[in-house]
Amino acid sequence: MAEESKVTLYGYWPSPFAKMVEIALKLKGVPYEYVEEDLTNKSQMLLSLNPVHKKVPVLVHNGKPIAESLVILEYIDETWKNGPQLLPMDPYKRAQVRFWASFVQQQLQDSMIKVAMTEGEAREKLVEEAYEKMRLLDEGLKSFFPDGNPSIDTEHLGLLDVVFVSFFGNHKVHEEVLGFKVIDPEKTPLIHCWLKALLDLPLLKETLPPHDKMVAFIKFINESALKSSTA
Amino acid sequence: MGEEVKVFRTWSSPFALRVVWALDLKGIKYETIYEDLSNKSPLLLQYNPIHKKVPVLLHNSKPIAESLVILEYIEDTWKHRPLLPQDPHQRANARFWIKFGEDKVFPAVRDSLLKQGKEQEEAHEAALESFKLLEEELKGKKLFGGEEIGMVDIALGWLANLVSVLEEVLVLKFIDEHKFPLLSAWMRLFADIPVIKQSWPPRDKLVTKYIAIREARLATN
Repeated sequence: MAEESKVTLYGYWPSPFAKMVEIALKLKGVPYEYVEEDLTNKSQMLLSLNPVHKKVPVLVHNGKPIAESLVILEYIDETWKNGPQLLPMDPYKRAQVRFWASFVQQQLQDSMIKVAMTEGEAREKLVEEAYEKMRLLDEGLKSFFPDGNPSIDTEHLGLLDVVFVSFFGNHKVHEEVLGFKVIDPEKTPLIHCWLKALLDLPLLKETLPPHDKMVAFIKFINESALKSSTA
Repeated sequence: MGEEVKVFRTWSSPFALRVVWALDLKGIKYETIYEDLSNKSPLLLQYNPIHKKVPVLLHNSKPIAESLVILEYIEDTWKHRPLLPQDPHQRANARFWIKFGEDKVFPAVRDSLLKQGKEQEEAHEAALESFKLLEEELKGKKLFGGEEIGMVDIALGWLANLVSVLEEVLVLKFIDEHKFPLLSAWMRLFADIPVIKQSWPPRDKLVTKYIAIREARLATN
Protein backbone atom coordinates (compact mmCIF):
# COMPACT_ATOMS: atom_id res chain seq x y z
CA MET A 1 0.00 0.00 0.00
CA ALA A 2 1.40 3.39 -0.93
CA GLU A 3 2.45 5.44 2.07
CA GLU A 4 0.05 8.20 1.06
CA SER A 5 -3.08 6.07 1.15
CA LYS A 6 -2.18 4.47 4.47
CA VAL A 7 -4.80 4.68 7.19
CA THR A 8 -3.84 5.08 10.83
CA LEU A 9 -6.24 5.27 13.77
CA TYR A 10 -5.04 6.76 17.04
CA GLY A 11 -7.29 5.40 19.76
CA TYR A 12 -7.68 4.43 23.38
CA TRP A 13 -9.20 1.02 24.11
CA PRO A 14 -11.92 2.10 26.61
CA SER A 15 -13.02 5.13 24.58
CA PRO A 16 -16.41 4.66 22.89
CA PHE A 17 -15.51 7.55 20.55
CA ALA A 18 -12.45 5.68 19.28
CA LYS A 19 -14.37 2.40 19.23
CA MET A 20 -16.92 3.88 16.81
CA VAL A 21 -14.21 4.62 14.30
CA GLU A 22 -12.63 1.17 14.66
CA ILE A 23 -15.97 -0.48 14.00
CA ALA A 24 -16.63 1.72 10.96
CA LEU A 25 -13.23 0.91 9.44
CA LYS A 26 -13.78 -2.81 9.98
CA LEU A 27 -17.26 -2.68 8.46
CA LYS A 28 -15.88 -1.00 5.37
CA GLY A 29 -13.02 -3.47 5.16
CA VAL A 30 -10.43 -0.69 5.28
CA PRO A 31 -6.96 -1.92 6.25
CA TYR A 32 -5.54 0.30 8.97
CA GLU A 33 -2.84 0.57 11.56
CA TYR A 34 -4.04 1.06 15.12
CA VAL A 35 -1.98 3.11 17.55
CA GLU A 36 -2.93 2.83 21.21
CA GLU A 37 -2.53 6.13 23.02
CA ASP A 38 -2.03 6.42 26.75
CA LEU A 39 -4.21 9.41 27.55
CA THR A 40 -2.32 10.01 30.81
CA ASN A 41 0.84 10.39 28.75
CA LYS A 42 -0.11 11.67 25.31
CA SER A 43 2.36 11.18 22.52
CA GLN A 44 3.87 14.11 20.64
CA MET A 45 2.32 12.64 17.54
CA LEU A 46 -1.20 12.87 18.96
CA LEU A 47 -0.63 16.42 20.14
CA SER A 48 0.54 17.43 16.68
CA LEU A 49 -2.31 15.62 14.90
CA ASN A 50 -5.06 17.05 17.09
CA PRO A 51 -3.65 20.24 18.57
CA VAL A 52 -7.10 21.76 19.19
CA HIS A 53 -8.49 19.03 21.46
CA LYS A 54 -5.48 16.75 22.07
CA LYS A 55 -7.87 13.77 22.10
CA VAL A 56 -8.53 10.47 20.43
CA PRO A 57 -9.78 9.33 18.03
CA VAL A 58 -7.73 10.78 15.20
CA LEU A 59 -7.80 9.18 11.78
CA VAL A 60 -4.90 9.85 9.44
CA HIS A 61 -5.46 9.21 5.74
CA ASN A 62 -3.34 10.42 2.84
CA GLY A 63 -1.09 12.00 5.45
CA LYS A 64 -3.92 14.23 6.70
CA PRO A 65 -5.51 14.01 10.15
CA ILE A 66 -9.23 14.09 10.90
CA ALA A 67 -10.56 14.49 14.44
CA GLU A 68 -14.01 14.24 16.10
CA SER A 69 -15.58 10.79 15.97
CA LEU A 70 -18.83 11.62 14.14
CA VAL A 71 -16.91 13.77 11.64
CA ILE A 72 -14.56 10.83 11.05
CA LEU A 73 -17.49 8.46 10.51
CA GLU A 74 -18.96 10.74 7.82
CA TYR A 75 -15.50 10.98 6.22
CA ILE A 76 -15.17 7.19 6.18
CA ASP A 77 -18.61 6.86 4.61
CA GLU A 78 -17.77 9.40 1.89
CA THR A 79 -14.34 7.97 1.13
CA TRP A 80 -14.80 4.17 1.12
CA LYS A 81 -17.73 2.82 -0.80
CA ASN A 82 -17.29 -0.87 0.16
CA GLY A 83 -19.36 -2.40 2.90
CA PRO A 84 -22.57 -0.93 4.32
CA GLN A 85 -23.51 2.68 3.73
CA LEU A 86 -23.30 4.30 7.14
CA LEU A 87 -25.68 7.06 6.15
CA PRO A 88 -28.77 6.40 4.00
CA MET A 89 -29.17 8.14 0.64
CA ASP A 90 -32.47 9.84 1.45
CA PRO A 91 -31.90 13.32 2.99
CA TYR A 92 -34.71 12.99 5.52
CA LYS A 93 -33.46 9.59 6.73
CA ARG A 94 -29.95 11.03 6.91
CA ALA A 95 -31.29 13.83 9.11
CA GLN A 96 -32.96 11.32 11.42
CA VAL A 97 -29.74 9.30 11.75
CA ARG A 98 -27.70 12.45 12.47
CA PHE A 99 -30.27 13.68 14.99
CA TRP A 100 -30.29 10.44 16.98
CA ALA A 101 -26.54 9.86 16.71
CA SER A 102 -26.00 13.27 18.25
CA PHE A 103 -28.64 12.50 20.89
CA VAL A 104 -26.91 9.26 21.89
CA GLN A 105 -23.45 10.72 21.92
CA GLN A 106 -24.32 13.90 23.79
CA GLN A 107 -27.54 13.61 25.74
CA LEU A 108 -27.49 9.94 26.70
CA GLN A 109 -23.78 9.85 27.37
CA ASP A 110 -24.03 13.02 29.47
CA SER A 111 -26.78 11.47 31.59
CA MET A 112 -24.73 8.34 32.22
CA ILE A 113 -21.69 10.35 33.23
CA LYS A 114 -23.76 12.46 35.62
CA VAL A 115 -25.14 9.33 37.28
CA ALA A 116 -21.64 7.90 37.61
CA MET A 117 -20.35 11.09 39.22
CA THR A 118 -23.16 11.48 41.76
CA GLU A 119 -24.02 9.68 44.97
CA GLY A 120 -26.98 9.51 47.29
CA GLU A 121 -30.40 11.06 46.76
CA ALA A 122 -29.33 13.36 43.93
CA ARG A 123 -28.39 10.26 41.98
CA GLU A 124 -31.93 8.87 41.95
CA LYS A 125 -33.20 11.94 40.13
CA LEU A 126 -30.40 11.63 37.58
CA VAL A 127 -31.16 7.93 37.03
CA GLU A 128 -34.77 8.88 36.32
CA GLU A 129 -33.60 11.53 33.83
CA ALA A 130 -31.39 8.95 32.13
CA TYR A 131 -34.36 6.57 31.79
CA GLU A 132 -36.46 9.38 30.38
CA LYS A 133 -33.88 10.03 27.66
CA MET A 134 -33.65 6.31 26.92
CA ARG A 135 -37.44 6.25 26.53
CA LEU A 136 -37.23 9.10 24.02
CA LEU A 137 -34.72 7.11 21.99
CA ASP A 138 -36.88 4.00 22.25
CA GLU A 139 -39.79 6.00 20.87
CA GLY A 140 -37.60 7.42 18.10
CA LEU A 141 -36.42 3.96 17.10
CA LYS A 142 -39.95 3.08 16.01
CA SER A 143 -39.35 4.98 12.77
CA PHE A 144 -36.24 2.87 12.11
CA PHE A 145 -37.84 -0.45 13.01
CA PRO A 146 -41.49 0.00 12.04
CA ASP A 147 -42.36 -3.65 12.54
CA GLY A 148 -40.81 -3.58 16.01
CA ASN A 149 -38.26 -6.21 15.13
CA PRO A 150 -34.68 -5.03 14.76
CA SER A 151 -32.97 -7.80 12.83
CA ILE A 152 -29.59 -6.71 11.66
CA ASP A 153 -26.73 -8.06 9.62
CA THR A 154 -23.32 -6.53 9.10
CA GLU A 155 -24.07 -5.63 5.48
CA HIS A 156 -26.78 -3.23 6.64
CA LEU A 157 -25.33 -1.65 9.74
CA GLY A 158 -25.59 2.11 9.82
CA LEU A 159 -24.08 5.03 11.66
CA LEU A 160 -26.63 4.95 14.47
CA ASP A 161 -25.97 1.22 15.08
CA VAL A 162 -22.25 1.93 15.26
CA VAL A 163 -22.66 4.88 17.63
CA PHE A 164 -25.11 3.14 19.92
CA VAL A 165 -23.20 -0.13 20.22
CA SER A 166 -19.99 1.80 20.96
CA PHE A 167 -21.57 3.59 23.91
CA PHE A 168 -23.92 0.92 25.19
CA GLY A 169 -22.47 -2.38 23.97
CA ASN A 170 -20.79 -2.69 27.35
CA HIS A 171 -24.01 -1.84 29.20
CA LYS A 172 -23.60 -4.81 31.53
CA VAL A 173 -20.40 -3.16 32.73
CA HIS A 174 -22.26 0.06 33.47
CA GLU A 175 -25.02 -1.88 35.22
CA GLU A 176 -22.52 -3.69 37.39
CA VAL A 177 -20.66 -0.54 38.31
CA LEU A 178 -23.60 1.88 38.56
CA GLY A 179 -26.08 -0.54 40.07
CA PHE A 180 -29.04 0.25 37.81
CA LYS A 181 -30.41 -1.45 34.76
CA VAL A 182 -29.17 0.88 32.02
CA ILE A 183 -30.98 -1.09 29.31
CA ASP A 184 -34.28 -2.16 30.84
CA PRO A 185 -36.32 -4.51 28.61
CA GLU A 186 -39.53 -3.26 30.20
CA LYS A 187 -38.84 0.48 30.02
CA THR A 188 -37.14 0.41 26.61
CA PRO A 189 -38.11 -2.81 24.83
CA LEU A 190 -37.03 -1.74 21.35
CA ILE A 191 -33.58 -0.60 22.52
CA HIS A 192 -33.21 -3.88 24.37
CA CYS A 193 -33.99 -5.97 21.24
CA TRP A 194 -31.84 -3.74 19.06
CA LEU A 195 -28.80 -4.01 21.30
CA LYS A 196 -29.22 -7.77 21.61
CA ALA A 197 -29.30 -8.07 17.80
CA LEU A 198 -26.20 -5.88 17.51
CA LEU A 199 -24.26 -7.85 20.13
CA ASP A 200 -25.09 -11.09 18.28
CA LEU A 201 -22.83 -9.92 15.45
CA PRO A 202 -19.35 -11.36 15.97
CA LEU A 203 -17.61 -8.33 14.44
CA LEU A 204 -19.16 -6.02 17.03
CA LYS A 205 -18.85 -8.40 19.97
CA GLU A 206 -15.16 -8.97 19.23
CA THR A 207 -14.32 -5.29 18.75
CA LEU A 208 -15.84 -4.11 22.02
CA PRO A 209 -13.58 -4.18 25.09
CA PRO A 210 -13.80 -7.35 27.23
CA HIS A 211 -16.27 -7.11 30.12
CA ASP A 212 -13.90 -7.63 33.06
CA LYS A 213 -11.24 -5.31 31.72
CA MET A 214 -13.89 -2.60 31.26
CA VAL A 215 -15.36 -3.11 34.75
CA ALA A 216 -11.95 -2.65 36.35
CA PHE A 217 -11.31 0.44 34.25
CA ILE A 218 -14.69 2.12 34.95
CA LYS A 219 -14.40 1.44 38.68
CA PHE A 220 -10.98 3.05 38.67
CA ILE A 221 -12.24 6.12 36.77
CA ASN A 222 -15.29 6.57 38.99
CA GLU A 223 -13.26 6.31 42.16
CA SER A 224 -10.72 8.86 40.93
CA ALA A 225 -13.49 11.21 39.81
CA LEU A 226 -15.36 10.99 43.10
CA LYS A 227 -12.16 11.53 45.02
CA SER A 228 -11.25 14.62 43.03
CA SER A 229 -14.76 16.08 43.27
CA THR A 230 -14.91 15.72 47.03
CA ALA A 231 -11.34 16.78 47.66
CA MET B 1 -42.33 23.16 -7.81
CA GLY B 2 -44.94 23.10 -5.08
CA GLU B 3 -42.62 22.05 -2.29
CA GLU B 4 -43.78 23.15 1.11
CA VAL B 5 -41.01 24.58 3.27
CA LYS B 6 -41.73 26.10 6.67
CA VAL B 7 -39.40 27.42 9.33
CA PHE B 8 -40.43 27.57 12.96
CA ARG B 9 -38.35 30.23 14.69
CA THR B 10 -38.36 33.06 17.20
CA TRP B 11 -37.50 36.65 16.32
CA SER B 12 -34.06 36.33 17.93
CA SER B 13 -32.93 32.71 18.11
CA PRO B 14 -29.38 32.58 16.73
CA PHE B 15 -29.88 28.88 15.93
CA ALA B 16 -32.95 29.60 13.84
CA LEU B 17 -31.05 32.33 11.98
CA ARG B 18 -28.67 29.66 10.69
CA VAL B 19 -31.56 27.94 8.94
CA VAL B 20 -32.88 31.24 7.55
CA TRP B 21 -29.44 32.10 6.16
CA ALA B 22 -28.94 28.70 4.52
CA LEU B 23 -32.34 28.80 2.85
CA ASP B 24 -31.90 32.43 1.75
CA LEU B 25 -28.43 31.73 0.33
CA LYS B 26 -29.82 28.85 -1.71
CA GLY B 27 -32.81 30.96 -2.76
CA ILE B 28 -35.35 28.55 -1.30
CA LYS B 29 -38.82 29.98 -0.68
CA TYR B 30 -40.33 29.24 2.71
CA GLU B 31 -43.02 30.28 5.13
CA THR B 32 -41.95 31.57 8.53
CA ILE B 33 -43.82 30.74 11.72
CA TYR B 34 -42.81 32.76 14.75
CA GLU B 35 -43.06 30.97 18.07
CA ASP B 36 -43.47 32.40 21.53
CA LEU B 37 -41.36 30.07 23.64
CA SER B 38 -43.32 30.90 26.78
CA ASN B 39 -46.42 29.64 24.97
CA LYS B 40 -45.33 26.98 22.50
CA SER B 41 -47.73 26.08 19.74
CA PRO B 42 -49.14 22.55 19.54
CA LEU B 43 -47.52 22.27 16.10
CA LEU B 44 -44.04 22.95 17.51
CA LEU B 45 -44.55 20.38 20.24
CA GLN B 46 -45.75 17.89 17.67
CA TYR B 47 -42.83 18.52 15.29
CA ASN B 48 -40.11 18.59 17.92
CA PRO B 49 -41.36 16.48 20.80
CA ILE B 50 -37.87 15.59 22.01
CA HIS B 51 -36.42 19.03 22.56
CA LYS B 52 -39.51 21.27 22.13
CA LYS B 53 -37.32 23.98 20.65
CA VAL B 54 -36.80 26.13 17.61
CA PRO B 55 -35.68 25.94 14.91
CA VAL B 56 -37.71 23.26 13.19
CA LEU B 57 -37.72 22.91 9.43
CA LEU B 58 -40.80 21.40 7.87
CA HIS B 59 -40.33 20.11 4.34
CA ASN B 60 -43.20 18.35 2.58
CA SER B 61 -44.78 17.78 6.00
CA LYS B 62 -41.67 16.14 7.47
CA PRO B 63 -40.09 17.90 10.45
CA ILE B 64 -36.36 18.19 11.09
CA ALA B 65 -35.00 19.57 14.37
CA GLU B 66 -31.54 20.67 15.59
CA SER B 67 -30.06 23.53 13.59
CA LEU B 68 -26.87 21.74 12.51
CA VAL B 69 -28.83 18.66 11.42
CA ILE B 70 -31.13 21.01 9.49
CA LEU B 71 -28.15 22.67 7.75
CA GLU B 72 -26.90 19.26 6.56
CA TYR B 73 -30.43 18.40 5.43
CA ILE B 74 -30.68 21.63 3.43
CA GLU B 75 -27.29 20.84 1.85
CA ASP B 76 -28.35 17.26 1.01
CA THR B 77 -31.69 18.33 -0.44
CA TRP B 78 -30.87 21.46 -2.46
CA LYS B 79 -27.56 20.78 -4.16
CA HIS B 80 -27.03 24.12 -5.90
CA ARG B 81 -24.92 26.80 -4.19
CA PRO B 82 -23.12 24.22 -2.01
CA LEU B 83 -22.28 25.18 1.57
CA LEU B 84 -19.72 22.41 2.07
CA PRO B 85 -16.62 21.68 -0.04
CA GLN B 86 -16.65 18.67 -2.39
CA ASP B 87 -13.41 17.11 -1.16
CA PRO B 88 -14.04 14.68 1.76
CA HIS B 89 -11.07 15.90 3.78
CA GLN B 90 -12.11 19.54 3.43
CA ARG B 91 -15.67 18.59 4.34
CA ALA B 92 -14.35 16.87 7.46
CA ASN B 93 -12.39 20.00 8.31
CA ALA B 94 -15.51 22.15 7.93
CA ARG B 95 -17.54 19.80 10.15
CA PHE B 96 -14.73 19.83 12.70
CA TRP B 97 -14.92 23.62 13.05
CA ILE B 98 -18.71 23.58 13.17
CA LYS B 99 -18.50 21.16 16.08
CA PHE B 100 -15.79 23.30 17.69
CA GLY B 101 -18.13 26.27 17.54
CA GLU B 102 -20.90 24.29 19.26
CA ASP B 103 -18.79 22.50 21.86
CA LYS B 104 -16.28 25.21 22.79
CA VAL B 105 -17.12 28.68 21.52
CA PHE B 106 -20.84 28.82 22.22
CA PRO B 107 -20.85 27.37 25.77
CA ALA B 108 -18.02 29.72 26.84
CA VAL B 109 -19.82 32.80 25.53
CA ARG B 110 -23.14 31.60 26.97
CA ASP B 111 -21.59 31.02 30.40
CA SER B 112 -19.99 34.46 30.29
CA LEU B 113 -23.55 35.78 30.06
CA LEU B 114 -25.11 33.50 32.65
CA LYS B 115 -22.46 33.33 35.35
CA GLN B 116 -20.75 35.76 37.64
CA GLY B 117 -17.59 36.08 39.67
CA LYS B 118 -14.91 33.48 39.19
CA GLU B 119 -17.12 31.27 37.02
CA GLN B 120 -17.70 34.17 34.63
CA GLU B 121 -13.98 34.92 34.52
CA GLU B 122 -13.23 31.33 33.63
CA ALA B 123 -15.92 31.26 30.95
CA HIS B 124 -14.60 34.52 29.49
CA GLU B 125 -11.08 33.12 29.47
CA ALA B 126 -12.27 29.96 27.72
CA ALA B 127 -14.07 32.10 25.15
CA LEU B 128 -10.88 34.05 24.40
CA GLU B 129 -8.93 30.79 24.04
CA SER B 130 -11.50 29.53 21.55
CA PHE B 131 -11.29 32.77 19.55
CA LYS B 132 -7.52 32.29 19.23
CA LEU B 133 -8.13 28.99 17.50
CA LEU B 134 -10.72 30.54 15.17
CA GLU B 135 -8.23 33.32 14.37
CA GLU B 136 -5.67 30.62 13.41
CA GLU B 137 -8.18 28.86 11.17
CA LEU B 138 -8.92 32.11 9.30
CA LYS B 139 -5.30 32.58 8.21
CA GLY B 140 -5.17 33.01 4.43
CA LYS B 141 -8.95 33.19 4.17
CA LYS B 142 -11.47 35.99 4.36
CA LEU B 143 -14.35 33.67 5.22
CA PHE B 144 -14.22 30.23 6.87
CA GLY B 145 -15.66 28.90 3.62
CA GLY B 146 -12.90 30.60 1.60
CA GLU B 147 -14.13 33.07 -0.99
CA GLU B 148 -17.80 32.45 -0.32
CA ILE B 149 -19.93 31.80 2.77
CA GLY B 150 -19.94 28.15 3.77
CA MET B 151 -21.56 26.10 6.47
CA VAL B 152 -18.87 27.04 9.00
CA ASP B 153 -19.59 30.75 8.48
CA ILE B 154 -23.30 30.07 8.93
CA ALA B 155 -22.74 27.98 12.05
CA LEU B 156 -20.47 30.63 13.62
CA GLY B 157 -22.40 33.59 12.24
CA TRP B 158 -24.11 34.29 15.55
CA LEU B 159 -20.76 35.74 16.70
CA ALA B 160 -21.00 38.47 14.10
CA ASN B 161 -23.82 40.30 15.83
CA LEU B 162 -24.20 38.79 19.28
CA VAL B 163 -20.63 39.47 20.40
CA SER B 164 -21.07 43.23 20.26
CA VAL B 165 -24.47 42.96 21.97
CA LEU B 166 -22.99 40.90 24.81
CA GLU B 167 -19.97 43.20 25.08
CA GLU B 168 -22.44 46.01 25.74
CA VAL B 169 -24.60 44.00 28.17
CA LEU B 170 -21.70 42.59 30.16
CA VAL B 171 -19.25 45.49 29.79
CA LEU B 172 -16.71 42.85 28.82
CA LYS B 173 -14.52 42.68 25.73
CA PHE B 174 -14.61 39.49 23.73
CA ILE B 175 -13.16 40.16 20.31
CA ASP B 176 -10.60 42.93 20.41
CA GLU B 177 -9.68 44.29 16.99
CA HIS B 178 -5.97 44.17 17.78
CA LYS B 179 -5.90 40.72 19.40
CA PHE B 180 -8.17 39.15 16.79
CA PRO B 181 -7.75 41.12 13.56
CA LEU B 182 -8.86 38.29 11.24
CA LEU B 183 -11.87 37.35 13.33
CA SER B 184 -12.90 41.02 13.60
CA ALA B 185 -12.61 41.44 9.83
CA TRP B 186 -14.63 38.25 9.32
CA MET B 187 -17.39 39.50 11.60
CA ARG B 188 -17.64 42.78 9.68
CA LEU B 189 -17.57 41.06 6.29
CA PHE B 190 -20.14 38.44 7.28
CA ALA B 191 -22.52 40.93 8.88
CA ASP B 192 -22.53 43.07 5.75
CA ILE B 193 -23.39 40.38 3.24
CA PRO B 194 -26.88 41.38 2.01
CA VAL B 195 -28.55 38.02 2.66
CA ILE B 196 -27.19 38.08 6.22
CA LYS B 197 -27.69 41.79 6.87
CA GLN B 198 -31.36 41.71 5.94
CA SER B 199 -32.18 39.20 8.67
CA TRP B 200 -30.41 40.60 11.76
CA PRO B 201 -32.86 41.06 14.62
CA PRO B 202 -33.09 44.66 15.89
CA ARG B 203 -30.05 45.38 18.05
CA ASP B 204 -31.80 47.36 20.78
CA LYS B 205 -34.31 44.55 21.28
CA LEU B 206 -31.41 42.09 21.55
CA VAL B 207 -29.68 44.20 24.19
CA THR B 208 -32.90 44.32 26.20
CA LYS B 209 -33.40 40.59 25.81
CA TYR B 210 -29.93 39.61 27.01
CA ILE B 211 -29.97 42.04 29.92
CA ALA B 212 -33.22 40.43 31.03
CA ILE B 213 -31.81 36.91 30.63
CA ARG B 214 -28.77 37.76 32.73
CA GLU B 215 -30.83 39.44 35.45
CA ALA B 216 -33.24 36.53 35.63
CA ARG B 217 -30.40 34.02 35.88
CA LEU B 218 -28.50 35.94 38.53
CA ALA B 219 -31.69 36.37 40.56
CA THR B 220 -32.12 32.60 40.80
CA ASN B 221 -28.55 32.02 42.01
